[in-house]
Amino acid sequence: MVEEEGFRRYVAHIILWIGIAIVAFPVYLAFVASTQDNAVIANGQMSLLPGGHFFETYYQTIFVGTSGSTREPVGNMMLNSLVMALLIAVGKIAISIISAYAIVYFRFPFRMALFWLIFITLMLPVEVRIYPTYKIVADLHMLDSYAGLSLPLIASATATLLFRQFFMTVPDELLEASRIDGAGPFRFFWDTLLPLSRTNMAALFVILFILGWNQYLWPLLITTRDDMQTIQIGIRKMITTTDALTEWPIVMATAVLAMLPPVLVVVAMQKLFVRGLVETEK
Amino acid sequence: MQKQAIFQSKLLPYALVAPQLAIVLIFFYWPALQAMIQSFLLQDAFGLSTTFVWFENYIDLFKDPAYFEAILRTFFFSFAIAVSSLSFALLLAVMADKPLRGSMLYRTLLIWPYAVAPPVVGVLWIFMLHPSLGVLSRYLRALGVDWNPLLDGNQAATLIILAAAWKQISYNFLFFLAGLQSIPRSVIEAAAIDGARPMRRFWTVIFPLLSPTIFFLLVVNIVYAFFDTFGIIDTMTRGGPGKSTETLVYKVYTDGLLGGNLGSSAAQSVILMIMVIVLTGIQFRFVERKVTY
Repeated sequence: MVEEEGFRRYVAHIILWIGIAIVAFPVYLAFVASTQDNAVIANGQMSLLPGGHFFETYYQTIFVGTSGSTREPVGNMMLNSLVMALLIAVGKIAISIISAYAIVYFRFPFRMALFWLIFITLMLPVEVRIYPTYKIVADLHMLDSYAGLSLPLIASATATLLFRQFFMTVPDELLEASRIDGAGPFRFFWDTLLPLSRTNMAALFVILFILGWNQYLWPLLITTRDDMQTIQIGIRKMITTTDALTEWPIVMATAVLAMLPPVLVVVAMQKLFVRGLVETEK
Repeated sequence: MQKQAIFQSKLLPYALVAPQLAIVLIFFYWPALQAMIQSFLLQDAFGLSTTFVWFENYIDLFKDPAYFEAILRTFFFSFAIAVSSLSFALLLAVMADKPLRGSMLYRTLLIWPYAVAPPVVGVLWIFMLHPSLGVLSRYLRALGVDWNPLLDGNQAATLIILAAAWKQISYNFLFFLAGLQSIPRSVIEAAAIDGARPMRRFWTVIFPLLSPTIFFLLVVNIVYAFFDTFGIIDTMTRGGPGKSTETLVYKVYTDGLLGGNLGSSAAQSVILMIMVIVLTGIQFRFVERKVTY
């Protein structure tokens, strides 16, 4: 074992705490600002310790919204974000797992061509096809709807690839055994393959939920109605007005609320998160 | 590689692929094709007629100094974000890799910013460094810096780079830590027995063994800087002041938003598409090598 001398160990602890401080400071500042008075913040006299407006600010943010720029309760925005994130995560997993099942467990013409067709979408992120995609969604009358927010993002080359790789490692004996029991393709999928895929699905879900919750460019394009805004869009609109009118405590409370669900997911399901992140990058 | 045990069915596999196929064709390939077609067309001012103009949109784009600057700016941002975030994350990962008490806690406290959305990152950083009310701006001014990122282009660019690098620390940290933990202890011990001091051990043994991870992260960070900085830029500077923080993706967005030149916006999209294909290609070639490594 390579022994670390005491001094070097102290240095390591100190560097790590500095790193944590750098990472946490902007978020701490947002929380502190959300508990203080707007006038004090606007004067540049903000204190670095929490103030006494916590309940007041969060109540107004969640149930009322800003008094000026958006007037939309942030609670509603969070609900929109939640629906969108769940639809994207569940949708991607569902359609990817059945595509992978077809590609691995069946032989049919154009099997590999279809696989490549899905795979190449990796190279077509929404940023490179912004306006034509917008036009299609508009033509399909899906602007300002949950379908419009989620459907165009639901294809997943990574998830399909991941499930394909996983299915390849499932021993053939399992299929033969369930066939002897008289199971068809549906029973085998439901009773054998799906339970085996649970951990993979959970890890993928964690990553995809965060990805869905944090969507920005796409909802920005296709939502115009205030009541369809996601929280990421809402927060941007709150700071569009001239600086003097920005209600900073509410903006910062919204920032805290926008971070809370995905950060909780990462912290609470750290093992699955790390696994999902490493698996999807392979 | 193929499975030996399979099901026989003519229609079922197509039904299973159909949902994903429909989405891919309608929302991915059709718009991409539209972008390609549009990039060869020129619309008149009223949108009444279009003419096929071959590569004119592309030629105009490359003659436009603003586009050229946007390309250079995007590459500069990518480089600066990748280098600053990677080096800081590597330092933290090397420290966290040591047998320290509480190393799990350190990991938890360093990885959560991964979950913060880019637009929120933008809001956090502009608040912290806002010219009139930012908490850190006070100290900068006390140091004699004339800090105003809303008016000074270089300062705005610095702010974007810092914020974008900050968000990426956790991701890079996680992959560096995994890379470090996969280096066999015996190799490091052997170097120690040979009398190599910790610094020397790092540069001659650990760093070279980590190079596949570094290269992989470099590509991921460049892709991130290209695309995911959109939210950060949009909530912080909107590409300004002037055009000092306008990246390629931001330019496609604003050019199309103004409804101006559809052909040019489409040509920009196609160029971005080519860049993504190249970057993804590099990433995959590398992943294949990592397997045999």
